Amino acid sequence: MLLIPCPWCGPRDEAEFHYGGQAHVAYPENPAALSDEEWARYLFFRDNPKGRFAERWNHTAGCRRWFNAVRNTATNEIEAGEVTA
Amino acid sequence: MRDVPEHPDWLWSSPEPKRSYDVVIVGGGGHGLATAYYLAKNHGITDVAVLERGWLAGGNMARNTTIIRSNYLWDESAGIYEHALKLWEGLEDDLGYPILFSQRGVLNLAHSLQDVRDSVRRVHANRLNGVDAEWLGPDEVKEICPIVNVSPDVRYPVLGATYQPRAGIAKHDYVAWGFARAAAAMGVHLIENCEVTGVEVADGRVQAVQTTKGRIAAGTVALAAAGHSSVVAATAGVELPVQTHPLQALVSELLEPVHPTVVMSNAVHVYVSQAHKGELVMGAGIDPYNSYRQRGAFHIIEQQMSAALELFPIFARAHVLRTWAGIVDVTPDASPVVGKTPVDGLLVNCGWGTGGFKATPGVGWCYAHTIAHGEPHPLNAPFSLERFTTGALVDEHGAAAVAH
Repeated sequence: MLLIPCPWCGPRDEAEFHYGGQAHVAYPENPAALSDEEWARYLFFRDNPKGRFAERWNHTAGCRRWFNAVRNTATNEIEAGEVTA
Repeated sequence: MRDVPEHPDWLWSSPEPKRSYDVVIVGGGGHGLATAYYLAKNHGITDVAVLERGWLAGGNMARNTTIIRSNYLWDESAGIYEHALKLWEGLEDDLGYPILFSQRGVLNLAHSLQDVRDSVRRVHANRLNGVDAEWLGPDEVKEICPIVNVSPDVRYPVLGATYQPRAGIAKHDYVAWGFARAAAAMGVHLIENCEVTGVEVADGRVQAVQTTKGRIAAGTVALAAAGHSSVVAATAGVELPVQTHPLQALVSELLEPVHPTVVMSNAVHVYVSQAHKGELVMGAGIDPYNSYRQRGAFHIIEQQMSAALELFPIFARAHVLRTWAGIVDVTPDASPVVGKTPVDGLLVNCGWGTGGFKATPGVGWCYAHTIAHGEPHPLNAPFSLERFTTGALVDEHGAAAVAH
């Protein structure tokens, strides 16, 4: 089980969290202007690196707030100092 | 001291790679090996290398729960999985190798009125597609699998089940070895400990792969790299709509035969069979986060066990012997991607997520056709990369029950 550092509650067990996938995926500013390819990319394509990955977590069984973390998907280590509210 | 048996004869040779092949298959798992076999057998293409970064069939082929069935909802899925099931039914003779294919049937349990409606709909859809399927009430479920608890006094009572009698299990290692042996006998090179580190592209066409054993030129490069598909495809500048997750499974200690079929439950979320040797084999859903580590968290196992105990009180005193994880590539619509990419000569077979084993011969057949003709077989044509742009998704999430 991962030990996840919630920026508000401190380190807690993974079972307290809900995963939110890749971080920093912005909703398109003008969705109607996108081509089908661009819309497909926004909707269905996410980074899937073996290595550093910026991702979202929600502390559902704690403060219920979202935050971002950077984790290495090859080792599951969460980088200290990279957890941001 | 007791006599120790000699090491058995190798089933395939391990040649040094040539500098060039007509076809290079990246990934020596079940899909890669089956593809190589059907390339040679159906299309006479034998200048083929299967490159495997570890040992043959040591990834998800060694880590799945060996369930084989074809009772999917949508026509596209029923097409390819039923084709696979028909091939499974003749595979032992075809390969000349035992695979312990046992058609003991699969029960997909329904625990709510919505489950019942969805299940009955799926039974009808299956029948229209020529897939054997029946709807059973709780008493009939009990007849087929006496150890299932069908009492109405549980949190999620069993209201019935779909039943596919032709479904079953096979011995996954033997399947891989059978394909490897037969492919090697027809001249396919199976090259282990050879990791593909890059795909070389020039003028929009694939040229070669870079490997830990040097550069290998290829007319066609066909990916069959499961959880690592994104990593390999990215070196050719191709992005795939997949996310890589750990998927755990476990076995109990060896037990007397108690479980005559395969039971899957979407709602309480576990699937269980009993292997030929006697261990209970169980699995459920993926660990939620992206990861390339072949291990998951124990609380996921605990949830599986509580689900299993709800359905099978008799398991209460069984011991878990071993748990493990494979890494699986999951698509947004829970259907695979098998076909062409924007790069000429680079083909992709990925996104099988939690359900690739059952498709092994079927996808090998279709992927080999795609490689040989440069165009998809009708059965894998719906599983194109373009469907995410056109919107013609094959949405099997929940439609075919559980993480499969």
